Amino acid sequence: MNALEIKKLYDKSKTRRVLAIISLFIVILVAIVVSVSLGAASPRFTEAMQAIFSRIFPFLGIDPGPTLTQYIIIDVRLPRIVMAIIAGVGLAASGATMQGVLRNPLVSSYILGISAAAGFGAALAIVFGVGVLAVYGEYLVIVNAFVFSMLAMLLVYGIARLRGVSTETVILAGVAIGFLFSALLSLIQYIAPEHEALRAVVFWLMGGLSAASWESILIVTPIIAITLILMITQAWNINILSMGEEVATSLGVNPKRILAVTMVLETLATATIIAFTGVIGFVCLISPHIARMLIGSDHRFLIPCSALIGAILLLCSDTVARLILQPAELPVGVVTSMLGVPFFLYILVSKRRQSWR
Amino acid sequence: MKLTINKLSFNYASKQVLKDIELEVELGEMLSIVGPNGSGKSTLLKCMNRILKTQQNTVLVDGIDTSKINLKELSKLMGYVPQTATNTFPFTVFDVVLMGRKPYIHWSISQRDNEIVAEMLDYLGIGDLAMRCYNELSGGEQQKVIIARALAQQPELLLLDEPTSSLDIKHQLDILCMLRSLSQTKERSVIVTMHDLNLASRFSDRMLMLKKGCIYAVGTPQEVITQENIESVYGIKASVSNSIVGCPQVTPLITERTFHLNGFAASKLTAPQKIVEHEVK
Repeated sequence: MNALEIKKLYDKSKTRRVLAIISLFIVILVAIVVSVSLGAASPRFTEAMQAIFSRIFPFLGIDPGPTLTQYIIIDVRLPRIVMAIIAGVGLAASGATMQGVLRNPLVSSYILGISAAAGFGAALAIVFGVGVLAVYGEYLVIVNAFVFSMLAMLLVYGIARLRGVSTETVILAGVAIGFLFSALLSLIQYIAPEHEALRAVVFWLMGGLSAASWESILIVTPIIAITLILMITQAWNINILSMGEEVATSLGVNPKRILAVTMVLETLATATIIAFTGVIGFVCLISPHIARMLIGSDHRFLIPCSALIGAILLLCSDTVARLILQPAELPVGVVTSMLGVPFFLYILVSKRRQSWR
Repeated sequence: MKLTINKLSFNYASKQVLKDIELEVELGEMLSIVGPNGSGKSTLLKCMNRILKTQQNTVLVDGIDTSKINLKELSKLMGYVPQTATNTFPFTVFDVVLMGRKPYIHWSISQRDNEIVAEMLDYLGIGDLAMRCYNELSGGEQQKVIIARALAQQPELLLLDEPTSSLDIKHQLDILCMLRSLSQTKERSVIVTMHDLNLASRFSDRMLMLKKGCIYAVGTPQEVITQENIESVYGIKASVSNSIVGCPQVTPLITERTFHLNGFAASKLTAPQKIVEHEVK
């Protein structure tokens, strides 16, 4: 095989990966259309499309349909769908980034104790109405969850720094801080004075997208968009880190800086999402694995691909969660695991080659 | 490119590993670093390209202090091949070699980068592995891939940490012949650490022998590989003869030792010894 043939072979594999990403985009579009036309109050598919397209292209003069239908589609279902996509994208991209940087397939973006810290912050707000910033109402919970997540990340990084920031110390410090906040969370639940507040904490911890609104989307979207783009710009560095820190250094990459940068990006994205949705954990662990089996480990493709799979997974799970027990709902976290685990185990057992070691 | 090492010392925590190393390596030279385990071979190699940070003005490239060159520029001058490299995640061979282009690219890869990678794979005769998963290759194939990765970096100086120690004899020869030809034809310098004194003497222009972090001997293989040096550095008796290809060849002599293990009769090592003593006179 000569050099020209080798290059052609690579170009072909690249085209295949780009095509995989494009097909995932198409799957998302289809999932949106299906999800928006299904629900307890069931406006038909055409009515849903009318309501949406009359909003997007007001100049076309499409009949928007009855006001109730419009309300259900535009203000109830769509925000939820959009939030599912954005949350899926953010969580899964963070998961792929963290697994890559820490070179560990078991890492999820919660490894830094983020979820436990967010839960503690939220519980503090729900049970005692105590916040770190002077905000009131529903934003107290959101701000608290966010601030405590960032605090957990800073603690983990600070502890890891004392031992010269290796991947092992980051993971161990993350697990330890996670346990600490879980214990504090349990303590709050144990001493919570009223039943209602306790129920609210449990509900928050399960996570869900039912509270999604256009306002929250407006806050979350820019943060996720920016962190996602910055994570993708680190893709080359993450690729090289996977060959070990010494090789990375010899290629002009500073491993400690990459770790610090990605930790901040990952926590920012994840903390923003869980602050609004509660803890939705499984997506960020599993999506990178599915993506890796599809298109390999090159993080330039892996991070976007993982993001798209996260979006699909969360959107489908949420759609099932709100349909299956109509008019009641299941927590989306339960559905994500119920759908995701069998699928994951299936590819784990049936896949042709080992995708990590 | 000329590499100069000037009064280099290095400590891990409180343990001194290298002491007052002085060395010059000219372009087109193949230098091997030998010495017992723990004598500082790998550490010296890592100090050369600043994987380990050293004091100012200890490592110079064409007279310029490397601690003043940023990592990325330095990585265009020196390529490093570690002893073993495993990937946590499944990268294809092409992807791994493409990583060597990192100092030259920011985000998008040019056609030229792809061409260079393909040429390197072709040059090392591993083109048919291009789309295989790196982790599934044999040790010898993996070694070639990471050498190709370092070559894709297009460095003037190639540093290799025991590139042959886990390979069979054919792959050892393959890789050393290739490195030798690189230093001779491609206007590159090659520095390797090695354990096998015979291979080192066969393939190097010059050798550097370390003892407890200090240079014990440096020079041509004939100058370095002597009975006295080996006894003093490794603490073993050896016979050094001229091999049929004209480079010094080491045959270790086994001093009579008795091995005691509780519960077993003491065993004496005799048979190989007698044969060797015969040859030595």
